[in-house]
This record gives sequence, C-alpha cells and structure tokens, in this order.
Amino acid sequence: MHTVTRPIIIFLCICLVMLLLFPAVGSPFYTELVTRIMILSIFTISLDLLIGFTGLVSFGHAAFFGIGAYLLAILFNDVEHINYWWSLTLTLSMTGMAALVIGWLSIRTSGIYFIMLTLAFAQMCFYFFFESPHFGGDDGIFLMNKPEIMLGSRQLVDLENEHHYYYFVLAWLVGVYLFLSMILRAPFGHVLIAIKANEQRVRALGYSTPHYKLVSFVIAGTIAGLAGFLEAAHTSFVTPAYLGWHESGMAIMMVILGGMGTLFGPVIGTFIVVLLQDFLPGFTEHWKLIMGGIIIGVVLFLPNGVAGLIYSLTNRLSSKSKEAGREHV
Amino acid sequence: MSEIILKTEKLCKNFGGLKATDNISLDFERGKVHAILGPNGAGKTTLINLLSGELLPSSGRILFKGYDITDARPEKISRIGIGRSFQKTNILPGFSCLQNCWIGAQSCLMTSMRFFRPAKHLREVHRRADHALQLCGLSSKRNQIAATMSYGEQRQLEIAMMLATEPELLLLDEPLAGMGSEESQQVTELLKELAKEQTLILIEHDMDAVFSLADTITVMVDGAELETGNVDQIRNSKAVQDAYLGHDEEDAA
Repeated sequence: MHTVTRPIIIFLCICLVMLLLFPAVGSPFYTELVTRIMILSIFTISLDLLIGFTGLVSFGHAAFFGIGAYLLAILFNDVEHINYWWSLTLTLSMTGMAALVIGWLSIRTSGIYFIMLTLAFAQMCFYFFFESPHFGGDDGIFLMNKPEIMLGSRQLVDLENEHHYYYFVLAWLVGVYLFLSMILRAPFGHVLIAIKANEQRVRALGYSTPHYKLVSFVIAGTIAGLAGFLEAAHTSFVTPAYLGWHESGMAIMMVILGGMGTLFGPVIGTFIVVLLQDFLPGFTEHWKLIMGGIIIGVVLFLPNGVAGLIYSLTNRLSSKSKEAGREHV
Repeated sequence: MSEIILKTEKLCKNFGGLKATDNISLDFERGKVHAILGPNGAGKTTLINLLSGELLPSSGRILFKGYDITDARPEKISRIGIGRSFQKTNILPGFSCLQNCWIGAQSCLMTSMRFFRPAKHLREVHRRADHALQLCGLSSKRNQIAATMSYGEQRQLEIAMMLATEPELLLLDEPLAGMGSEESQQVTELLKELAKEQTLILIEHDMDAVFSLADTITVMVDGAELETGNVDQIRNSKAVQDAYLGHDEEDAA
C-alpha cells in the first residue's frame, strides 16, 4: 500500500503551483486543453478508487461520466438560467442512483465476470442514448445555456470565461483528491484496501464486504458523474461517445500508466496520454504506433506506473530520514 | 458441567455423493480446549468451515449460546464473537503486521462505514491491535511487511489477526501446520496462554500438542464422529487406536 510521504506532498504541491500559474503563461488553446485534462483526471481518479483501492476493475466506468453529462444536457436543455448548485445536486444524485443499481447487480460477480458485466451495462447505456432520437441520437445533444454559479445575486464564477473555468475545475480536482484521500485514511478506506488484498479474510474478520464494495462503486460513479457534468458544462455538447467502451478503456489505461492505487498517479497518467495525443500527430502520421510503444514500455519497465517511479526516486532521495518514525496504518 | 457455548445438532454437509460431515452432534464447553483429531480427509476443516460460516450445512443446526447461527455468513459469525484462523496462511501479504491486525481490530466499531476522521486516531482499535500483536509475540515486528516474515511468524500473525477481533470462541485450523519444532513449540506456548482465558476449538495433527493442550478430544473418521472424551479416554480407546493412531504410527515408520 502506498502512503503519501513528505517528498510526495512536496511534489504534489509543486504540481499544484504549476497548475495555478499555467493560465498566466499558457496560450488559450492550452489553457482549454489543460482544463479538459483536469476534468478527465477527476474521472480517472474516481476509477482509481475502484481499480487501485477496491480491486474492482470496472470496464464500464465511462457510463457514469456520460450519464452525468447527459443528465445536465437533458434536464436543463432549454432552461435559460440554470442554477449551478441545483443542477449539480440533481445530476450527481441521479448518477449516484444509476451507480447504485449497476453496482448492486455487478458486485455479485468478481474478476473477469465483473469486467464483462460492467462493460455490458455501459454498452446498454451507450446504445440507449445512441438510438434515442429524443436525446439527439448519435448526433449528440447541445446544452443551450451554461450553468450560472450564483451566491445570492452575485455571480461567483463566470463559466464563459476560460480562465475562470480553469480555476473552477482545478478547485474541483483538488477537492476530489482531498475527499478521496480523506475516506481512504478513514476506517472505510482501511477496509477497502484490505478487501483488495484478500477479500475472504476480510469477511472472516467480520466485514460485510459486498456493502463496502457497493459504497465504493457508488462514490466512484458519482465522482465520474461530476466529471461528466463539468465536461458538459465546459463544451455545452454531449455525444454518446462519452459512454463508449473506448472511453472506459482509455481511462483504465490512464490509471495503469500513471500508477494505480496512488490517487495522484491517474492524474499524471491522464496528462501524459492526452498531451501525447496532442503532440505526437505533429511528428508523424503513424503516431498511434509510437503511443502504443510508449504504453508497452511503461507497463513493462514501470510496473507501478509513473507514480511508482516517482515513489522510488523520492525514496532514494529521502533514504536517510527513512528510519525515523515510519509508523503508519 | 459448565456452560455450553457452541452446539451442533446432526450437522451434515454433502459434496455431491461425498458425506464430508456426517451427522455431527457435539457440545463445546466454555473455557475449555476442544480438539478435533482425525486422519487426512476426515472432514475436520469442513467442520470448521461450517462453524465459521464459510460453508452452509446441508442439514442440521448450529447453536451459539443458544442462538441459531446455522445460516449465518462469515462476517456475521465473526461479529457475534467467533474468530477463526486458517489452515493455509491467509493474511494480507503486502501489509505490515500492525495493518494486518488493524483490520481485525477495527471490527470493534459498530460499522467501518466511517468516512471522515482518519482511522489512526481510534484509540480502542490501536489498543486491540497492539494487544493482539503482543500476545503473539510480534510487537517488535509491527512495522514489518507480512510477506517478508518467516513462515512461522506468518502463522503467528494469522492467529493475531483473529485475536484482534477479540472473539469469545476461537476456531483454530491446524495452527501448527508446516512448522519446525522450535516454531511449533512457540505457538503451542501461545495456545496454552490463550487457553487460560478463552474457549478454543482446535484442529491439529501434532499429537504431542493436542494431548498437552486439549481438555476434550473428538476423533473424526470419514466425516463422522468416532469418539469423544478426555485425553486419557482417547489415548486408551481401542477404536481410536485402530482408526487413527495405529495408521499414524505405520505411516511414521
């Protein structure tokens, strides 16, 4: 189990400062790209809760991303003034309900059957939106107006303003990271991590493990819905591709590439994958080949992902202070 | 006669045509060490798995302090105060000793569905985990990763995890399995220590350990109870010698 050591905290703080300063130096195009990456990071971080901490490899996690996005677009399609807090609450609670139903049915299985079942549910959702003329079908659906974030009668954040939205999403990303760190440090998190290691034993120690897995699934699904909500509010446009297995697969890849079971690893993985997708096509037409090579390389030589590399580097740096006070549970 | 803590009534478990447990009716007394002996394949582990809820019986009843727990699942069984250790070491290998016991100790909470305060602030859990480690002599290894410990220490950790749940009744499935003589001496001492205050149901192949620990012994053959009695009765029983001890000496020779 990875624990967040002091060098890691320093590393994360440096990353945060870089993200805070980026809009000042970055072009509008890259500011928008990083905004998108951060939204996707919220999505992959939530998947890490399942894959990296609960041991549930969900191949249908994009369903909740898509459901969150579609709910905002459908429910508030032609509303002129969308109240942000109200639409967020409604979207997230309904995504959570969807996660509860799908999770309740899926967690009865494990291993490959769990993967297949989550994939099947996600494809069901995909085809539902793909073939429903009412919700735009395969063309997708537009959101006419962006949500307005009001505090009293004052506008707090202007979502039309790219810089405002950038910081708004960054705040959500930090919030989600801190929230997940908190529940993983709490008694609930200890049980989850133990379930991943040895579920039978955890049951024998008196825990109803299906309940814990289900709660984890619902939390992850709701956070994925949050990411979908942010994406829909960002682009004002939702397509069925958001729910496809391709999205789910990409998310798994980002989590593994970045380092599962670390929370910050998936964020790094998302940055790497999306930035590569942005840079590589400039070099060669066959950029997907290079991309595949990089992924194979990381999986072969960095079994714990990029985060694992960062851990071993920081451990080497701080090997002197390693002896003192390393008691963590 | 003291209080009966656990009772089985005509307990049966069939796997297809095989009767792994055949009509077992036993009384387990509080505060005693009740050992279950039998040759390989006699159904000892199946019996423990029935008592701990890993398996559901085909027929019959199990009563714990008078309550019917026949259909209870493992997590329920653990919650009401029956702890078990496994024959094959069943620990969380990537975790430190303390973390392993922590999971057991945390079951003292009404529920672990608690999301806000860090778990390390829970004093009672700390106390339980430390106490379990101390009982098993692992206090000095508390931060060592379980996978890097010796086999004997892992077996001790296996018991410590169970003790961290502070059970009233302990089901021990071959705690000495695969241990060297020195290690098994250590664990026998530990079991003696536990036996002073706890109720133990013990499956074990090691005759010396069983005869030195047990108050009552049940011998099982082919899923059925052959004989139950105290150490001397079993030692001198003709039927038991024929069925088990005799074979054992032949094997040894």
